Amino acid sequence: MTAAPPPPASGAPGPVAAPPKFAAAARVALADTALRSGLRGAAAAARERRSAFPEPADWEDLREAGRAIKDEALLNLDAHLEELERAVTEAGGTVHWAAGAAEARRIVTGLVRASGAAEVVKSTSAVTREIGLAGALARAGVAVRETGLGELLAQPGEDGQASYRDRAGGPSDDPAVLAEAARLRLRERFLGARVAVTGANFLVAETGTLVLLESEGNGRMCLTLPDTLISVAGIEKVVPTWADLEVLLQLLPHSSSGAPMTPYVSSWTGVTPGDGPREFHLVLLDNGRTKALADEVGRAALRCIGCSACLDVCPVYERTGPAPYGPVRAGPIGAILTPQLRGVERAAEASLPFASTLCGACADVCPVKIDIPEVLVHLRGRVVESRRHRPVPTPELVLMRGLAWTMSDPRRYEAALRRGTRWARLMSRGGRIRRLPGLLGKWTDARDLPAPPPATFRAWWSGRRR
Amino acid sequence: MRVALFVACFDDALFPATGRAVTALLERLGHDVAYPPGQTCCGQMHWTTGYHREAAGLARAFTAAFEGAEAIVAPSASCAAAVRDAYPRIARAARDTALARAAEDLAVYELTEFLVDVLGVTDVGAFFPHRVTYHPSCQSARALGIGDRPLRLLRAVKGIDLVELPAADECCGFGGAFAVKNADVSVAMAADKVGHVRGTGADVLCAVDNGCLAHIGGALSRLRAGVRVVHLAEILAATGPA
Repeated sequence: MTAAPPPPASGAPGPVAAPPKFAAAARVALADTALRSGLRGAAAAARERRSAFPEPADWEDLREAGRAIKDEALLNLDAHLEELERAVTEAGGTVHWAAGAAEARRIVTGLVRASGAAEVVKSTSAVTREIGLAGALARAGVAVRETGLGELLAQPGEDGQASYRDRAGGPSDDPAVLAEAARLRLRERFLGARVAVTGANFLVAETGTLVLLESEGNGRMCLTLPDTLISVAGIEKVVPTWADLEVLLQLLPHSSSGAPMTPYVSSWTGVTPGDGPREFHLVLLDNGRTKALADEVGRAALRCIGCSACLDVCPVYERTGPAPYGPVRAGPIGAILTPQLRGVERAAEASLPFASTLCGACADVCPVKIDIPEVLVHLRGRVVESRRHRPVPTPELVLMRGLAWTMSDPRRYEAALRRGTRWARLMSRGGRIRRLPGLLGKWTDARDLPAPPPATFRAWWSGRRR
Repeated sequence: MRVALFVACFDDALFPATGRAVTALLERLGHDVAYPPGQTCCGQMHWTTGYHREAAGLARAFTAAFEGAEAIVAPSASCAAAVRDAYPRIARAARDTALARAAEDLAVYELTEFLVDVLGVTDVGAFFPHRVTYHPSCQSARALGIGDRPLRLLRAVKGIDLVELPAADECCGFGGAFAVKNADVSVAMAADKVGHVRGTGADVLCAVDNGCLAHIGGALSRLRAGVRVVHLAEILAATGPA
C-alpha cells in the first residue's frame, strides 16, 4: 500500500506542493519593493485614521461587552445554531451544514449547478477564500465575477486594472476613472446575474438574520438583485440577539476604519415573495472551528469579528503583507486562527504561531479583547508538543532540553557560562562577533553580537564579596 | 531596604555591566543588595518558544532561589514580565498549584518601577553628558505598563540631552527566538528602528531590556552607525564623564 498524499485543506483538489514556512514566504515578500512601499503607505494611512477618529468615551466598556457577548455565544454555540437554523427555515431559507472545506465547496457548487447559471456574482469574503470557493466554481465551469473593487482590479484579464483606459487610450491610475469604469461594468453584471455568493459578518439566531458590513455597496447588490442567494458563514459568526448585535455594530466599524459607522450595513432574513432573491441558502461551515472551540486558550480566536485592526498595527504584517500567512486569514489573527483550523502537522501552519515578536500591539487594539500573544505562546507549546515524540528529535528540541538541564542547576549553569563566554570571546574581534555558526548564524547575517566581557556578572559578584 | 537582585542569564554573560550598575545605583541610594546565588534563568525563552515543560522546571527553580525575598529587582522588563505575567500561566499549563502559589508570593519589580514606585525617587543623582534617546521596549510598555517612569528618571539626569525617538512604540523586531526564526523580518524591523534612532542625532540609545538593545545595537554596530546602546541602569549609575 502506498501512502496517499495528505489532502489539501483548501483550494485545488489533488496533490499540491506543500506551502512554504512563514519565514521562507516572508523572504520573498520582503524583497518585493513595490509591495513594501504599498504596505508602508497602508500602515501610515491606518495610523492616521486611528488618530483622526478617537475612541468613543465608553470604548473599554464596549470591548468588555463585546468579549462577553462572543464568549457566551461560543459557549452555547450548539443551542444558538439550532435556533438560527429554525429561524432561517421558518423565513423560507435553507440551511446546509458543512463539516469541512471540501463539503462546503461541494454544496455551493451543487446549488449553482442546480440553478443552471453559468456565472455567479460574488462579494468579498474571508470565508470563501478560506475554503477556496472561487477556484472550485471555476473548475466546475462557473464564471466567478468578483464584485469587491479591490479584488476586481487586482484580477488579471478583462476585469483587471490594466484593462481600464483613460481618454487618451493609455492605462489609467486615476481612482475616479477606475471607479466609474468598474461601476458601469459591475452594474451590467449585477443586472444579468441569477446567482450570488456572499459571506456574512454576523448571524442573528433569534430571527435568522444575516448581517453584512461593507463600504462599496456591491455586497448589497449581490444580496438584492439575483434570484438565488447563497451565503457562506463560519459557525462562530452567530450571536443570539439583536441586542448583542448593537454592541458589535459599534465595535466593528470603529476598529476596521475608525469611522463610527460602515457605509453599508445590510441585513437579510430568508426570502420575501416579490422582493429580492426567491431562493436563499445558508451554508454553515465548521472546518476546524469546533476543534478550536475545544481548546480552552485557543478558542478566544473564535471571538474575532473580522475588523483587521490587528493587521493595521502589526509590525510583522506591515513588512510581509498577507501572502506568507496562507489563504485562511492574514496577520496576527491568522497566526492564531489558521494553525487551529488546519492543524499544526504541516510546517507552514506550524510556523505561523512563531511569526510574531509578541509585541502585543494587536491585543491592545482588539475590539473583543483577544489576547493574541497569549494564544500564540499557547500554540507554540502545541507545536512543540506535537513534535516532541518523533523518533528523531528536532535539533531545536535537543538544544532547548540541554539548555533547560544546564540551567536547572547553578553549578552546571556557571560552568557552561564560563565555557560559552570563553568560546564566544575566541570568535570575536575588536569586541564584536561578526559570524556565528549554525542557527545563531541567522543573527550575525545582519547584526553583530558584542563579545562577552571577560568576567560574567556572577564572577564579578563573587570576586567582590571575597 | 534589602533588595534581591535578579540578573537575567543573557545579561549575566553578555552585559554584566548592567548588573554592576544596578548594584552601584541601589547601594548609592542606601540599600542593601543581595544576589541570590541559586538563580540561573527565569525560563522566559523556553516558555515563549513553546517548551512549556522545561519552562515550568526553570520557574520552580527560580521561585526556590528567590523564596522569601522582600523585593526582587530586575534590570530587564521582559524577564520581570515573565515572572509576573507568565509564571501563573506556566503553572496553569503544568497544572502545578504549588508553583502558582509560589509565583504569587514573588514581589518582582522592573528596575524603574522599583525606583519610582517603591523607593519614590526620580532624581538618582546621575551625571551623563550625552545626547540620548530612549526606546520603550514592548514588554516594558505593554506587558508591564511602566509608562513614562524611565523618562522621568532620565529627565532628572544631569548633563543629559534627552531627545524623543520617533515611532518609539513600534517593536524593534527582536522578539527572542523570533530574531533567528524569522531573521529576515526581524532585520527589516531593525532597519526602520535604526533609521529612527539615527534621525534623532543621538550618540546613545537606551532601553530597559538588553535583548532589544543587543538586536538594535547589533545592527547599529554592523553599520558602523556611531551610536552605542546602553542599558538605562548604566546611565542612572553614572556619576562622572563616561
